[in-house]
Amino acid sequence: MTSVISVPPSLDDHSFEHVFEQLASVPEGEKILVDARHARWASPYGLTALLCVAQSRAERMAFAVPEHADTVSYWSRTGFFRHAAELYDMHGTVPRARDAHESDVLLEITPITKSDDVHGVVGRIQQKAADILHGQLNLDTAITGAFGMTLSESCQNIVEHAGLGGWVAVQTYKYTRRLGRRVVVIAVCDAGVGFRKSLESSPGHRRSDRWDDAMALEDAVLRAVSRFRHGDKGRGQGLAGIRRFVGRWDGKLSVRSGTARIAITPEWDEDVPMTEGLPFFPGAQMQVTIPERLGDAPVRPRTAGASRARPR
Amino acid sequence: MTVNIDVGTVLRGTVCDLYSNLVTRPTGAAVRTAIEQQVIDMGASVVTTIDFSQVNLLDFSCADEIVAKLLLRYASDDGLPGFLTFRGIHEGHIDPIETVLERHALALVSWHEGAAELFGYVDDDERSHWEAVRDHGPIWAESLAPILAVSEAVAAHQLDRLRSRRLIMRRDDGFAVPGTVARGS
Repeated sequence: MTSVISVPPSLDDHSFEHVFEQLASVPEGEKILVDARHARWASPYGLTALLCVAQSRAERMAFAVPEHADTVSYWSRTGFFRHAAELYDMHGTVPRARDAHESDVLLEITPITKSDDVHGVVGRIQQKAADILHGQLNLDTAITGAFGMTLSESCQNIVEHAGLGGWVAVQTYKYTRRLGRRVVVIAVCDAGVGFRKSLESSPGHRRSDRWDDAMALEDAVLRAVSRFRHGDKGRGQGLAGIRRFVGRWDGKLSVRSGTARIAITPEWDEDVPMTEGLPFFPGAQMQVTIPERLGDAPVRPRTAGASRARPR
Repeated sequence: MTVNIDVGTVLRGTVCDLYSNLVTRPTGAAVRTAIEQQVIDMGASVVTTIDFSQVNLLDFSCADEIVAKLLLRYASDDGLPGFLTFRGIHEGHIDPIETVLERHALALVSWHEGAAELFGYVDDDERSHWEAVRDHGPIWAESLAPILAVSEAVAAHQLDRLRSRRLIMRRDDGFAVPGTVARGS
């Protein structure tokens, strides 16, 4: 018997929970068809997480491609089908691979398995990021470096902690439903070991009764705990830096791992800080959203401590 | 003697000749190891200046591996000899560098357009004494004390703290910020 997983028409980090829910109810070893025929739109999170779905089971899954020509065309431009064809048995008309040259695809879906991939991603995105962040989203030029840093640290989490390759994609689009403004979104997803198991592998880890995916996410995202922290005080700064980055640029950070999801939420969003008891999915799925700056809205200063140097 | 080490050149020579971004921890570790080897090979340099001007992007991992761990090597008892300063630090480098300095309770001296700046974890007394040494040095505690309206003992204590953190150096003519050109030279 084949279990059919229906992909919602609009696929973002919230609606993807329906996919995870359906997947969790399918026993290991059973045949699965991921049915995206009725999908019309997908965020970078949705597309990268779809690739992770294929990696989450030993059994190769089937994938029914979207029926709508515009959707197929857009997914193709993001590089989705090129990677999906390696992971899924594809059903439907898959267009020939084309280069992502559209301005809304800032970084097409890119596999991350080793440190060199991170160099490639950061190097490739820089000029285009500067043009889009400053030119289209009206953000201060200072964001470009910090954006590259965030991208680098997000991808390094895969290399250092996932134990399995993952995916990154960066895209701009108009976020009509919640914001009515353009946003730039970084999605970094993997189906690896996840935060809880990663932190459990640290020699300094002490398991408590409360220890679960939610606590592991709190440790990693809010308290900068890293599995390498034992004996190396400098570890764990990547996620803390990402958190400061989204705070400074009025952005949002969400990270899902295992059965929990944590969100650092700005005023324009109503997401809850922590969601527990979600259907289990391996690895970590992260999304960073930075909105367009309206008019001359001030940029929040960097977190300043007494010890900071005087500004130049 | 002052020795300059261009991090961009080290990056391209040790990791990949196409890279201009200091990102990822393995890259940072490779660059730091190469810098340490250069310092050891060059022998008794008094001041080593690490030049970031050819580095486009610096992430937290590389800031930690290069800046923090080099400073820690200099600070350890059996560590590298002399003083470490930095130059070419631009606006985009400051956040990751200050973050790792605070994490490790470290501070560094950076040269920017001919002027020295102090970054990182220092208290107000350390900063005021350091700035006075920068502005008036080379200087001894007895001359520094009236400038800051503190006792000579307090000035001497603060200078000793800064010297032990290698943020100032003791010369024949008084305390000075590392990298300061000696008078008359």
